[in-house]
Amino acid sequence: MPSQIVSLVVNGERREFIAAPGATLLACLRESLGLIAAKRGCAQGACGTCTVLVDGRPEAACLVAVETVADGSVRTLEGVTSGGELDEVQSAFIDCFATQCGFCTSGMIMVAEALLDRNPDPSEDDVIEAISGNVCRCTGYRPIVIAIMEAARRRREQAVPR
Amino acid sequence: MTYRLAPIDTGAFVAERDGDHHTVIGSVVRRSDARGHVTGRTEFFEDVAAPRLAHLKMHRSARHHARITDVDVSGALAVPGVLRVLTHADVPNNVYTVLKLIGVEPDDEPVLAVDKVRYLGEPICAVVAETEAAALEGAAAIEVGYEDLPPVFDVEEALKEGAPLVNEYQGQNYFVYEGHHCRRIRFGDVEKAFGQADHVFEWRYQSSPIEQAPVETTGCVVVPQADGRLRIHSDTQACFFTLDNTALILGVPFNKLRIVGGTVGGGFGGKVDVVVEPIACVAAMAVDRPVKFVYDRAEEMQVSSPRAAERIVIKDAVMDDGRIIGRKVTLYVDAGAYARHSPYGTTKAAAHLPGPYTIPNVWADCHCVFTNRTPSSAMRGFGVTIADFALESQMDRIARALDMDPLQLRLINAYRDGDLKAHRKIAEGTALVEVIQKAAELAGHELPEAYRRMSSTTREGL
Repeated sequence: MPSQIVSLVVNGERREFIAAPGATLLACLRESLGLIAAKRGCAQGACGTCTVLVDGRPEAACLVAVETVADGSVRTLEGVTSGGELDEVQSAFIDCFATQCGFCTSGMIMVAEALLDRNPDPSEDDVIEAISGNVCRCTGYRPIVIAIMEAARRRREQAVPR
Repeated sequence: MTYRLAPIDTGAFVAERDGDHHTVIGSVVRRSDARGHVTGRTEFFEDVAAPRLAHLKMHRSARHHARITDVDVSGALAVPGVLRVLTHADVPNNVYTVLKLIGVEPDDEPVLAVDKVRYLGEPICAVVAETEAAALEGAAAIEVGYEDLPPVFDVEEALKEGAPLVNEYQGQNYFVYEGHHCRRIRFGDVEKAFGQADHVFEWRYQSSPIEQAPVETTGCVVVPQADGRLRIHSDTQACFFTLDNTALILGVPFNKLRIVGGTVGGGFGGKVDVVVEPIACVAAMAVDRPVKFVYDRAEEMQVSSPRAAERIVIKDAVMDDGRIIGRKVTLYVDAGAYARHSPYGTTKAAAHLPGPYTIPNVWADCHCVFTNRTPSSAMRGFGVTIADFALESQMDRIARALDMDPLQLRLINAYRDGDLKAHRKIAEGTALVEVIQKAAELAGHELPEAYRRMSSTTREGL
């Protein structure tokens, strides 16, 4: 099977690149598009560090064959920062000390974005459920849960239409 | 310029802070690396873009203990995209030990196996290829002939007469400490104490190996430079250690290598062994291209060195009132097939005995033992953590056997300033008594007046 040209809307911009058969979305983002925020932690869909949003849904990019999402819309952590400004989830992660080594942070923020997009007022259980596919080995999870609750609060307070 | 955002310490020392004098202690200080983390701009080693990057994968031992009779790499060389297959003959100084920089001997571990494998998963050949897939396919196509040797997996079995010899470089199944078969403590006379004691309690504790399990696996990218130097992007926790050991293995001056590190996607002690960089450098020099060698998740779990399994037997001479008058400890650290950091870990275990207690008679033998298990190494307080598990479990069991409050038992035996410790050092700056008193208060655990009046600075009231 030959390589093919794949077209995706990535962080709002249409991007085209050549993908070998079976190439994963993660490999294409990192190697073809230079978007390195999503990380390879296990390459088997178990750790969540490669989580990106595909048409708004969090997906393990290491398990997604890129041709299966062709013409879809992909959002990565690079697309969360706009014009150098951090959003509520990013700033809450800083203020609540939800990062340590930083390797899981990209995936954690992306699942948090997906959660808050569909549920602006999540309970702590909702947050725990949302990050249950993401492994953090450093923080013990507690500061991450607190940060996401805080981000939700800040976003509701601002009530800026997104 | 002040970094203070909001004081978090409104407790005991708040009055001592005058004006803006203290800008950090008691204040929230933002992490300097957090902005990079939350924007995805922190650069981990695998985020480095290197043009013409080649990939390295290992063919690993399928046996716990065996002589290598034959290595056939022709299958790997026939895989499209495979650039080179490396064996021990390609590594300038193939046998090393990671602590040689602080004088630990002998060199006992090959970068690539020579004539024997000593644990399941030991690297034998390195395959360098255009793609990760070709490197994996090449590694799988290598055929190794084995003549099985009896393995030994248990520390006490390994020390028995006639046990199979694990590591010929060591010469025996234990690390030799200045002419002795183990790290020892001899203080007072424990046998006499057992004769005088009202009770003798002996229990045995066993831990399993514990994998550090960082979310980012161990790896590096080596980029040859135009001036002949090698730039090594690594997630090592020990940049200088890695640079020096790698240079010794390559047989090049230290200034031939440059390490770019400091961003570690979780380490917990598991990224100090200098395991991926040397062979990746050999590969990069061989193909004169950048080379990436990164463990997959299965390799991280199977062959990256875990915390050592330990077996600890504690025998205590105890009086009716709770005083421990003798403690005898026999401790085994399972180093696995090679020394790595375990001789040091075992020394740390010995230095930690008999725990933070003043015991007049102490005897300890701490063995660093070689077995055919995955080499173990550093992890968070290695040597000390499992010893503490055993020591404090022992204290709780003694308290239960004597029907005593476990905190009171510890307060009676806690070391005080001025006490002579088993290592013949005078204890100073001790605080165990106060820590226990405070913990009891916080937990709502009532201590009798006499115990609340105890202090680390005096033996009064004992």
